[in-house]
Amino acid sequence: MSYLLEITGLVKSFTAPDGERTTIVDVPSFVLAPEEHVAIRGASGSGKTTFLNLIAGILQPDRGRIVLDGHEVLALSESARDRLRARTLGYVFQNFNLLQGYTALENVLLGMMFGPGIDLKHAKHLLDRVGLSDRLAYKPSQLSIGQQQRVAVARALANRPKLVLADEPTGNLDQHHANDALVLIREVCRENRAALLLVSHDPSVLALFTRQEDLARLNRAAAAHAAAPAGASR
Amino acid sequence: MMGFGLMALVRRSLRQHLLSTVVTVVSVGLAAGLTMSVFAINHQTYEAFTGGSPGFDAVLGARGSQLQLVLNTVFHLETSPGNIPWSMYKQIAANPRVLVAIPYAVGDNYKGYRIVGTTPDIFTKFQYRAGRYFGVEAGGRFFETSDAHEAVLGNYVASKLGVRVGDTITPYHGLQYSESQKHNDQFKVVGILKQTNSPSDRVVWIPIEGIYRMSGHVLRGTGQVYRPEEGQDIPEESKEVSAVMLKFKSASTGFILDQQINRQGKVATLAWPIAKVMAELFDRIGWVNRILAMVAYLVVVVAAGSILASIYNTMNERRREFAILRALGARRGTVFSTIVLESTTITFLGALVGYLIYGAIFTTAYYIVRAQTGVVLDALKLDPALWLTPIAMVALGALSGLVPAFKAYRTDVASNLTPIS
Repeated sequence: MSYLLEITGLVKSFTAPDGERTTIVDVPSFVLAPEEHVAIRGASGSGKTTFLNLIAGILQPDRGRIVLDGHEVLALSESARDRLRARTLGYVFQNFNLLQGYTALENVLLGMMFGPGIDLKHAKHLLDRVGLSDRLAYKPSQLSIGQQQRVAVARALANRPKLVLADEPTGNLDQHHANDALVLIREVCRENRAALLLVSHDPSVLALFTRQEDLARLNRAAAAHAAAPAGASR
Repeated sequence: MMGFGLMALVRRSLRQHLLSTVVTVVSVGLAAGLTMSVFAINHQTYEAFTGGSPGFDAVLGARGSQLQLVLNTVFHLETSPGNIPWSMYKQIAANPRVLVAIPYAVGDNYKGYRIVGTTPDIFTKFQYRAGRYFGVEAGGRFFETSDAHEAVLGNYVASKLGVRVGDTITPYHGLQYSESQKHNDQFKVVGILKQTNSPSDRVVWIPIEGIYRMSGHVLRGTGQVYRPEEGQDIPEESKEVSAVMLKFKSASTGFILDQQINRQGKVATLAWPIAKVMAELFDRIGWVNRILAMVAYLVVVVAAGSILASIYNTMNERRREFAILRALGARRGTVFSTIVLESTTITFLGALVGYLIYGAIFTTAYYIVRAQTGVVLDALKLDPALWLTPIAMVALGALSGLVPAFKAYRTDVASNLTPIS
């Protein structure tokens, strides 16, 4: 079977201010099929954001192998990784990371700017799909948290990515809105034939996914830290 | 929303930091405007003063400074170095190598504007610009030698003093206007010259006989004092002139007369060629221009520094923005280019403002130079400084953007995409 994402022996460590080297991610193996939706359970400090950033090419691992859509990510130059990220990945950040000076529509267009190109019609369609057709000209500060999150979802799907990474996408929402948001993310991903890799610590979110992974099991570093008396923040 | 690209990012950033943008654009504009003004006005002034008067090749006057002679007769500035006998005028006018010889007698003013006593040849033989002769406004005429008390006013004098044809004017002795120095004579204004945009616009022209016969004037052509009497011809040997304006038939005449008058003679000075004499003046005061240029360069450097500082100061608050853009797939080079484009845009806008400032400075200089000298600067002349300065400023602006651009280039994506868990 050909996978959309294959990870082998992925290790990432950081040097703490006191000079101690701490391994945050140590994932021997992980695979994701095209259009598959996977939820990863991870407690705070378990290295889930680092794991997603490594997949996105935002962070460079110490060693390991990441194959994304047939591309050996670590063998690519930085600009090629940037290009691959722009064309293949969508990223819904926990804090949404919307650009404050830009409207909802412009934030989605910014997502397109570095990908295949600006597609105004598609950008409007996505915002319409997430229920924000009447908020195109609103800036993030003029939108509710839930609306901001929907802009972030629309932006993540702007370039018709094959994989959407979602980092605690419902972390800032109440239970009711969290469920709605999650249903929306999954629906939109499905409509766009995008795989979804979501990390969360919320059991109600995880319960919606057929395939669930526990980062404590997946990430040997997290398991080691869980066993240790005190752990570094990551 | 069309054309959403790097420029949109730049536009948004400039708008978000509007105050800083405006201050920087204005400071760049001041630098560009000042630099363009210093060089363009300097070039134009140099050309206006050294381009000389095509109607004349040389000036013959009393022994002394050639520069003083030229300033006094061509530009109607400065005092006259003295007089030469009428015979000298007649002698040089009779020289077959001389095409035009027009005598000037100066030393009086009308409310601060020079009065020049001369012959009607000034109207018919003198070209104030190549192929252009004096003309009179409708209703007027040139003066006639039969009446020594007629006057023709330069256009600027007439408009400034509100004098019209038919009015009478009373001269004042000396070149500086002083009410106490009023002569008793009255001159009837018979014509107003059409505007020439030359120093001649600031002159009151009267027959040379009018100068001789003006109350209180004495002539010393023979070395003895002669007081002209009413109704009595003035003996030619008593007459004097302040200068003789000369046009030669060929350039070689200047060499010959220069030898005869300046090197072998001892009584007169031939200021020739006029452009060279004026160029020497500019060489002498060249240090002023060099200081002005240095000031302009310093202002440019300060402006470049302000671009660097204004963009650099926004870098901290924009690190997250760059990190988000990078996470969306923007390359380091794209982020770098955005900052360089931003600094370039600031200088481009500054250069546009610079043209406005240049226009204001040039207009002020135009009126001052015209009022003081009669020389008119050409507002439409495209001086190289007018395109070189903006290009250099934009290039410098791009350079100024390199430091903050490099900082943006090095933005660490992951650490600026908070929070990490």
